[in-house]
Amino acid sequence: MGMTMTQKILAAHAGLARVQAGQLIEADLDLVLGNDITAPVAIREMNRFERKGVFDKDKIALVPDHFVPAKDIKSAENCKCVREFARCNEITHYYEVGQMGIEHALLPEQGLLSPGNVVIGADSHTCTYGALGAFSTGVGSTDMAAGMATGKAWFKVPSAIQIRLTGCLRPFVSGKDVILTIIGKIGVDGALYQSMEFTGPGVASLSMDDRFTIANMAIEAGGKNGIFPVDEKTLSYEKEHGAKPGTAYEADPDAVYAKTLDIDLSQITPTVAFPHLPENTRTFDRIPDIPIDQVVIGSCTNGRISDLRTAAAILRGRHVADGIRCIVIPATQAITMKAMEEGLLKVFLEAGAVVSTPTCGPCLGGYMGILAAGERCVSTTNRNFVGRMGDVTSEIYLASPATAAASAVAGKIADPTAYADIVDPSRV
Amino acid sequence: MEQAEGTVIRYEDNVDTDVIIPARYLAASDPAELAAHCMEDLDKTFVSRVKQGDIIVAGKNFGCGSSREHAPIAIKASGISCVIAATFARIFYRNAINIGLPIIECPGASEEIREGDLVRVNFDTGVITNETTGRKYQGQAFPPFMQKIIDDGGLINYINDQTK
Repeated sequence: MGMTMTQKILAAHAGLARVQAGQLIEADLDLVLGNDITAPVAIREMNRFERKGVFDKDKIALVPDHFVPAKDIKSAENCKCVREFARCNEITHYYEVGQMGIEHALLPEQGLLSPGNVVIGADSHTCTYGALGAFSTGVGSTDMAAGMATGKAWFKVPSAIQIRLTGCLRPFVSGKDVILTIIGKIGVDGALYQSMEFTGPGVASLSMDDRFTIANMAIEAGGKNGIFPVDEKTLSYEKEHGAKPGTAYEADPDAVYAKTLDIDLSQITPTVAFPHLPENTRTFDRIPDIPIDQVVIGSCTNGRISDLRTAAAILRGRHVADGIRCIVIPATQAITMKAMEEGLLKVFLEAGAVVSTPTCGPCLGGYMGILAAGERCVSTTNRNFVGRMGDVTSEIYLASPATAAASAVAGKIADPTAYADIVDPSRV
Repeated sequence: MEQAEGTVIRYEDNVDTDVIIPARYLAASDPAELAAHCMEDLDKTFVSRVKQGDIIVAGKNFGCGSSREHAPIAIKASGISCVIAATFARIFYRNAINIGLPIIECPGASEEIREGDLVRVNFDTGVITNETTGRKYQGQAFPPFMQKIIDDGGLINYINDQTK
């Protein structure tokens, strides 16, 4: 019986020739990640270990990104806790304001991840790095503490759902629409405890940014991880970002999957997840006129350069509708710089949007775009749970950067494929 | 911790960690402070009515969403002695084990047990008894490795034990 990509990576990191679904293993970790919300809890737990110190100062990444620049005194204390821990333990990959970005955009950009790695992060969207052919999964603070101290974590080897992709995406349709479509089909617990393994000829047509977005939201289907095979696009991304060479694992031809889902990318149309679950998806044939109050374009899901390019293509020469607040958050300093050089920031500002420093802020209702009672937001973020971005009666509609930009202009949830005369820079 | 016994507080499917402990309180990490806001965005009455030993019974995918360990910490500090659900989201499942909050998966119990029932859970056997109705259910007992983590009072103590 063959192994999946995920199973092969886990076997190699557990020193085993083979593993099977359900088996409990202990695996060596290539990187352990935490942020300003989860790391302080982990750091306090670290003090309870009899063995002091960290397993490898080069294999820990600390990224204050949720409530920074500090939004209040408690946030500032959390940041200080992380900063002091990083200094005391000489953590190589600590990113201060000025270098930081949203962690799941930042770490791949910094070349910290290689294909075949095993990564844990005390943030549920750690599954993003599956785009690079790594096994990466979200954990809590205690797992993070144990990982920092021992360099190991226990896992139950997951079974997998195979998602076979064919075709290629149309203009103003992106990775976000793909993953929302999949979550709409299988539900928010459709991949519970499982890997989502993306395969098939359609993979090659997806940009790395599309793959990051898709892997990022595996958790929104309950998945343990989402993972893509390594191809030339992966290797060229890794080279560009100076990552160490990794190992490309392929699923065995006789790998066993719990389920297979076929997705024809050319059939996907802009998709919106309605309140209050990511599985409540609709395409525009079933979306009435819904007036909105705010648009957020950013986050670990959709704050990358191709997201900004697509949004800017729609906003160029247009204006955010009267009474709508449009908040654009480039995910890292480098993305901000690139967006500036390409003139995208000017497009956003001229359109009447605001541009923020990198932060997770509004996505989780932290700051920088909290919703009042009854307000509606079209957001490129990843969760639309009750109260996620503010008041419990506010509503979040999850969508792609293209749909978000089109909605900002229209003042209501709007289909970006209506801009048939514009070239989608991410689909050329 | 061989067993828990308490009155049931009942919730439905997909209770996410954002409603268990909203992000506006995440700058705090003191368990008592987190407990003061536990379930606030789902059930404003929870904090005032929860009693030491009470048991939460919920539907599927309990604890979905964010990896915040603040969620099981808030539930544990509220006095909840066990969470029974049809299924748990996997990060919540790990976190609960790692901090020593007893949880048990049992679709049958999740479906039938009602708000206010008196329920007993035996963690060694996985048997859940509804004292109010007399019905018994077989829940999924933990594998020995996870049971040992819970018995040790969480992952840190377990690792300290292993490295002795």
